[in-house]
Amino acid sequence: MVEPLKFRDPKLAKKIATRIQNLSPPYEVKLCHVCGTHEWTITHYGLRAFLPESVDVIAGPGCPVCVVPSADIDEALSLALDGVAVVTFGDMFRVPGSSMSLQEAKAAGGDVRIVYSGGDAVKMAKEEPNKDFVFFAIGFETTAPATALEILNKPPENISFLVSHRLIPPVMELLLGVGDLHIDGFIAPGHVSTIIGMEPYKIFPEAYGMPTVIAGFEPLDVLFAVSMLLNQINDKEARLENEYRRSVTWEGNPRAKGLMEKVFEVVSGSWRGIGRVPLSTLKLKEEFSEYDARKRHNIKTGPSRDLLPGCSCHLVLIGRIKPPECKLYGEVCTPSSPRGPCMVSSEGTCQIWYKYGGRKRL
Amino acid sequence: MVFEMCLAIPAEIKEIKGNIAKVDFGGGVLREVDVSLVDAKVGEYVLVHVGYAIQVIDRKAAQETLQLWNEILQYK
Repeated sequence: MVEPLKFRDPKLAKKIATRIQNLSPPYEVKLCHVCGTHEWTITHYGLRAFLPESVDVIAGPGCPVCVVPSADIDEALSLALDGVAVVTFGDMFRVPGSSMSLQEAKAAGGDVRIVYSGGDAVKMAKEEPNKDFVFFAIGFETTAPATALEILNKPPENISFLVSHRLIPPVMELLLGVGDLHIDGFIAPGHVSTIIGMEPYKIFPEAYGMPTVIAGFEPLDVLFAVSMLLNQINDKEARLENEYRRSVTWEGNPRAKGLMEKVFEVVSGSWRGIGRVPLSTLKLKEEFSEYDARKRHNIKTGPSRDLLPGCSCHLVLIGRIKPPECKLYGEVCTPSSPRGPCMVSSEGTCQIWYKYGGRKRL
Repeated sequence: MVFEMCLAIPAEIKEIKGNIAKVDFGGGVLREVDVSLVDAKVGEYVLVHVGYAIQVIDRKAAQETLQLWNEILQYK
């Protein structure tokens, strides 16, 4: 950040903690974030310990690789085992599909490669013109504009895209319909919001009476967002507020949004462990079908399976339970031997809790 | 190398050539990022996500946020 240390100032943190204690309502409130990096900040810095007994923060489906359905991973596996070079982000490598992960497919002779960005995948395709490449494009609104950009830059003929991008506001709306979740406020994801801006969240206060604060990722950002939400809850007035003003504006990044609109259409699609979420996934528009891996290649997959028996990732993903409430957590399911996507990914709630000792009360 | 998919990291732009900029993440080592998605100038800070700058950081807003926090917390 511009002056990073000030956003982590322990003296300010203590003052905010006192303020949060003073704002604590006399009844239980549950605040929900939807970003793996927010969970990392909260757990790594032990921020739940700053909160009063009556305030709980739960993690929604904010881990981008955790919510990619097995069916999509199975498509990538089929391509990799069929001689196509499948290129994706490191976090996706170990996430299990229905029968194996991309890592296991590589061990079985499949061509799977890890890159830092979609641009690197295009570079690889240019360097090896006789090889077929597929970029497995996953991630939320933060990542999708980069995929759109690479497609509009007319990549070489030997690369196509297996698009599996997902949108955050529709799944937030779905969480409000989960009967026994009872969310009292949203901490909206800062980096998704740098792209989409504030406008898409206005339905939460306006239509659902849900206090919503867009927050950054320094510990003080999160604590301040919590205090802003508690203010709204005490005022009994739901508003949309922006704590992360240094990076998020009302309109977001118009150029990035424009590229997404040009290349993708929004369709309903499934999220791992959650099911079908209306108008929440991106699909390549017809005019870009030459770059659509699903159209270019003959992909064969069978019925898919999102969860292994006993895995409670579907409940962890929506914040219904905390990781230690899963009977596999820390026993048979660990980062070195993960059973479900939430323990595989460095942004999965289970892996973050396992590494940093997150508990409800420290 | 950072692979986290939600994460975007601030970096200072040192040099721009076409769509590619050389940026400093703070350690003094320059890396190349694609700046097609933003209008950024040398000396500005951008948020970088999977190799692409996705937003220019508003220094003034950052300073105002810190000032606001200090003011609010003076009164608890």
